[in-house]
Amino acid sequence: MSRPVELHFTLNGAPVCIETRPGRRVLDLLREDFGLAAAKEGCGAGECGACTVLVDGEPKLSCLMLAAQLEGRTVATAEGLGTADAPHPVQAAFAAHGAVQCGYCTPGMTLVAAELLSRNPDPDRETVRQAVSGNLCRCTGYVKIVDAVLAAAKAGQGEKP
Amino acid sequence: MIGAVYRPACLEELWPLLDTGAAAMAGGTDLLVRRRGGEPCDVALLSGIASLGEIVGENGWLRIGAAATHAAMARHPLIRDGLPGLAGALGTLGSPLVRNMGTIGGNIVTASPAADTLPPLYALDARVELVSAGGMRQLALADFLVGPGRTVLMPGEIVAAVLVPPPLAGARHHFEKVGRRNALAVAVASLAAVIATAADGRVAEARIAVGSVAPTVVRCTAAEAALVGRRLTRQTLSEAAACIRQAVSPIDDVRATAAYRRQVAGNLLLRLCPGPDAV
Repeated sequence: MSRPVELHFTLNGAPVCIETRPGRRVLDLLREDFGLAAAKEGCGAGECGACTVLVDGEPKLSCLMLAAQLEGRTVATAEGLGTADAPHPVQAAFAAHGAVQCGYCTPGMTLVAAELLSRNPDPDRETVRQAVSGNLCRCTGYVKIVDAVLAAAKAGQGEKP
Repeated sequence: MIGAVYRPACLEELWPLLDTGAAAMAGGTDLLVRRRGGEPCDVALLSGIASLGEIVGENGWLRIGAAATHAAMARHPLIRDGLPGLAGALGTLGSPLVRNMGTIGGNIVTASPAADTLPPLYALDARVELVSAGGMRQLALADFLVGPGRTVLMPGEIVAAVLVPPPLAGARHHFEKVGRRNALAVAVASLAAVIATAADGRVAEARIAVGSVAPTVVRCTAAEAALVGRRLTRQTLSEAAACIRQAVSPIDDVRATAAYRRQVAGNLLLRLCPGPDAV
């Protein structure tokens, strides 16, 4: 067991400092130490995308990242995307288009969709399909998810998460 | 389980860490999956060593730092525009999330016969640069990769870069992968080709590599020879495809049978058939 280290990074817009073992998974750090439960463990091996977070704006798999890799970085989880009262346009579109069923994939789906729209505000259907291709959904069949992302884009609301 | 995590800022800081048994970790997408539930191990992150992440052109050669991610490679103009076969393979590798994390060095050192970047790199005659505290050596990929998960990497040594020689002028670059699904699929069979033709349409040079159909990715020299000096007709390509089927040694596994892999490995070359109006 290695000694804990002190890590500094930005989490959902706020600077944080935490003492933790450096080899813990980012997924566990977020859920257990910060109480942020949006990122979820599906496969634990990088194949399902349920644990997606944004690191320096780029979608990453938090089940395959070590706590020490966050030093100095900017991390965003679905909690930082929006709230029930003030949802991100992608989150609002997911709710409006029935793109959420069991909800397990939703945090990851909305993060990659928001990231896509931040760099490509007017994607075509195939581009959206590619963007969410690393996030497995076993409920919806993806059609409503892609519809929701395209609707969020059409509303011209692709602001940066 | 991962114990200590070191963040060396340069190669000089990395070498003593490797000496004490730390594993070099680039993207972590293979290493952390393999180490799940295993004995505790310490890792040294390569991401903080700037020189390992660079992608630069040097005298016509392309030098890809081992810690360059698949996503960074795919959007680099020298790869996106100049090496469409490699770019195509990068587009099928894992998922966008995996491509944001996984690296070219990791894909090589993992040494999977199904690694998506390897067939195009074999067809490009790419080399690997291996660096250690004691110095540097260069090897052809085929000399570095010796079996499934097996390389000739020495203790204390890392893959520092992949070196791609100047591409054949006007050559056609091709890549195709067959998997069980489109995203997040391990290749059942894949084929990369770089084919240069003379003004009269005859093949001047052909380089063909196939993946997932032998213990390592393999170049098919017999199929290459079957194309040189001839035009790319269905007849010629069918003969070369037969050479490929003869050269491979696939296995049955959960994804496909050996017989299917052998058939498809050859079929993938027929994709180069010209349209009906060409001869």
